[in-house]
Amino acid sequence: MGEPATKEPLSLQELEAAAGLRTGRKHVLSILVENKSGVLTRIAGLFARRGFNIDTLTVGPTDDEHISRVTLTVDGALHPIDQVTKQLHKLINVLKIRDLEPADTVSRELALFKVSADGVQRGELMQIAEIFRGKVVDVTKRAVIIEVTGTTDKIEAFESMVRPFGLIEMMRTGEIAISRGRSET
Amino acid sequence: MRAVDAVMECLKAEGVDVVFGLPGGANLPTYDAFVGGGIRHILVRHEAGGGHAAEGYAKATGRVGVAFATSGPGATNLVTPICDAMMDSVPVVFITGQVRTELLGTDGFQEADTIGITMPAVKHSFMIQHPQEIPRAIHEAFHIARTGRPGPVLVDIPQDLSRADIVYEPVTDVRLPGYQPRVEGNQKQIRQAAKAMAAAQRPVIYAGGGVVNANAAEELTEFATCDRFPVTCTLMGLGAFGAPHEQWLGMLGMHGTRAANYAMDEADLICAVGARFDDRITGKLSEFAPRAKFIHIDVDPAEISKNVPAHIPIVGDAKHVLAKLLIEYRAIGADPARLEAWWNRIEGWREKYPLTFEDSADNEIKPQYMVRALYEATGGEAIVTSDVGQHQMWTAQYYDFPEPRRWINSGGLGTMGFGLPAAMGAAVGVPDRLVCCIAGDGSVQMNAQELATCAQNNIPIKVFIMNNGYLGMVRQWQELFWDGRYSHVETGEFPDFVKLAEAYGATGMRFEDKTTLVEDMKRAIATEGPVLVDVRVTREENTYPMIPAGQPAREMVG
Repeated sequence: MGEPATKEPLSLQELEAAAGLRTGRKHVLSILVENKSGVLTRIAGLFARRGFNIDTLTVGPTDDEHISRVTLTVDGALHPIDQVTKQLHKLINVLKIRDLEPADTVSRELALFKVSADGVQRGELMQIAEIFRGKVVDVTKRAVIIEVTGTTDKIEAFESMVRPFGLIEMMRTGEIAISRGRSET
Repeated sequence: MRAVDAVMECLKAEGVDVVFGLPGGANLPTYDAFVGGGIRHILVRHEAGGGHAAEGYAKATGRVGVAFATSGPGATNLVTPICDAMMDSVPVVFITGQVRTELLGTDGFQEADTIGITMPAVKHSFMIQHPQEIPRAIHEAFHIARTGRPGPVLVDIPQDLSRADIVYEPVTDVRLPGYQPRVEGNQKQIRQAAKAMAAAQRPVIYAGGGVVNANAAEELTEFATCDRFPVTCTLMGLGAFGAPHEQWLGMLGMHGTRAANYAMDEADLICAVGARFDDRITGKLSEFAPRAKFIHIDVDPAEISKNVPAHIPIVGDAKHVLAKLLIEYRAIGADPARLEAWWNRIEGWREKYPLTFEDSADNEIKPQYMVRALYEATGGEAIVTSDVGQHQMWTAQYYDFPEPRRWINSGGLGTMGFGLPAAMGAAVGVPDRLVCCIAGDGSVQMNAQELATCAQNNIPIKVFIMNNGYLGMVRQWQELFWDGRYSHVETGEFPDFVKLAEAYGATGMRFEDKTTLVEDMKRAIATEGPVLVDVRVTREENTYPMIPAGQPAREMVG
C-alpha cells in the first residue's frame, strides 16, 4: 500500500514509452487517507511544490471514520501521472491510490446554476433543465437556481445551454468517482 | 509519568546516546527531564548548528541524529538543517517545543506554525494534540526517519501537553499502514539487470548516497569487481567504492573527472544505484548519456524515471538488491574480455585528462595542494566534512575516500556553514576517529559559534579554512560567465580567524607556507581540543574541470 508495486518486466521499448508518459487525458485519482489534521495540506502542498495542477478536488468521509477519501482530477496531458502518484504515495498518511479507468468508473459531479430568468424566458429554461434532468430548486422574480447532477461533460453541456440566458453564478462540487463491479475503489 | 520523562524513555529505547539542542520557554519541561534523564545533551549555540550536528552524527554513524529546539525562532532556525536532511536523505528526528495549546493560532509569544513551515521539507511530521500520543509519535518518528529512504521527521509538542502526566507503556510495535518501504527488489527485474550487465559492451556503475545510506558499499564493491565494471560515484556517494582503485573513475558530474563523465557519455548501459540523476550529474538532460540504457536501483520508487527514464527499474534497498544481483550475475558467467576495448578507451581518457593542477613555483599554497596535504597528514584516515563551494569540490576531487561515511558534506541543498557543526556531530558520534573539516572562509562564519560548543565539551575537531578571501565559487562564476564583473564576493581579511579561535577557547593557527604544510597540519592535528586553522591559499584559483551549467558532458572545460 505504501508504494506502487514494481510491475512485471516489460520490454525495453515499452519501458521507454511508459516512463515520463503524458497520457493526454484526464485522470481521476481516488485516494484513501488517514483522517488526521493536516493531511489535505500535505496533499495540496505536494502538488504546489512539484508544480502539478489539480483540476478538481473533493474530500469526504468513508464508511470508516478513521479514513477519508480524496478524489482529485489531474490533467495527464500536462503531468506525468506516474510521478504524481509516486510522490503522493510518499506521504505517510496516504493509504491507497487508484487511478480510475474511465471505462470502469461511475463518476458524478453536482452543480448549482443561478440563471437570470424573466417571465418570458423561464419556460424555455425549465424545459432545458428537464431535458438534462436538472431540478429547479429556487425561483425568484428575476432568477432561478437549477441543480444538475451528472458527469463533467453533461454539466459542461448544460452550462453552455443556459449561459445565453444570463448565467449569474455557478458552483460545482468537483467529481467524485467509484469503480464499477464488486471490487473496492 | 510526565510526558517529558516518557520522551526520555522513548529516546533511550531508540538507542539515542546524544541530543544536540538549545532550550527555551516552550521546551522548558523537556529540558527539566534532561536533568538525571540519562541522555547526553550537548548545548549548541544556534539551533542550526544543532541540526547540522545531528546530521553529521547521523552521516558518520548511520544512526538517527536528534536535535531539539524551542518554539518560534528556535524552530525556524531548524528549517535549514531540515531541508538539508531532506535533500541528502539524512535520518534526523527534530523535536520542537510549541506554545501552549490555548495560545495556538493567537500569534502567541514565540509562536510559529512549525508544522506548516516545515511541511514541504520533512519526510513526515507529527503535531501532538494529546499527551498520550507522545510516545507513539516519537517511536514512529524514529521508524520513519531511519527506514526506506531516510529523512528528517519533526515532532512538535505544545508546552502544556509536554507537562501532562501520562500512562507510559513502552511502545514495541510501530504500525503505519500507509508506509511500507519495499526492501527486496523484484527478482525478475534483478535477473534482467544481470543479463543486461552481462551483455553490455560499455557499462558504467553510477553509485550515489543511497549506497552509503543502505550500508551497501561492500556489496557494491563485490559486484563491481566480480567483473571489471568501471565505477563512478556522485558527490554524496564518495567512499561507497573505495578510492583509489583501478576500476575507480573518480567522481562524476559538474566537477567530476573527464574519465567519469566521458564514460557516462559513451556508455551503452548505466547501472544507477541509490542516485537520483540530479542536474549537477546530468547537465543538459536531453544530451545526457545518449547511447545508454538505464538500470535504476532505488529504495524510493518516485526517483525512478523522475528525470531519466529507467529501462530496468528496481525498487529496493541497495544492499539487498546488489547482493542478489551479484548472485544472478555470477550465475551467467560473463566474459570479462568483452570489456577490453572499453577499458582501453577509458584508460585513454585517464592518461590524457588526469585530475591535475598547476602547482605554485614558490611557497604559495594552491587549494588543491592543501587537500592533498591534508590527505597526507591524515594518512587518508580521517572523517572529512566540508562546507559548500570551491573547497568542497576540491576536497571531493583530491581526497581519496577509502570507505563510506568518511566524507560528510551538504550536497543537495548546498548549505554554507554545514561543515563545522557537522564535524562536531561526527566527532561526538565517532570519538575514536580523527574528524577534520575543510571549510571555506565564507562558509565557516555561518556557524562558527559552534566552536564554543566544541571548546566547552572538548570536541576535538580540526577545522582547516581554505582562505582565499572570496566567496570563491561565486567569484569563479562571475569570472567565467559574467565577464569578470565581481559583485560582492570579496570577504577580505575579516575576521582574524586565529583570534576568533582563541576567543572561542579553541586553538588558532595560520599556515602560509606550502613547504611545511604537511608537517604543520600534523602539528594542528596533534594539538588537543578543537583547532581552527587559517590556511592562506591562492586567491583566484578556479575549480576545474567543469561542465558549465546546462551543458552536456562533452562540453567540459578546464
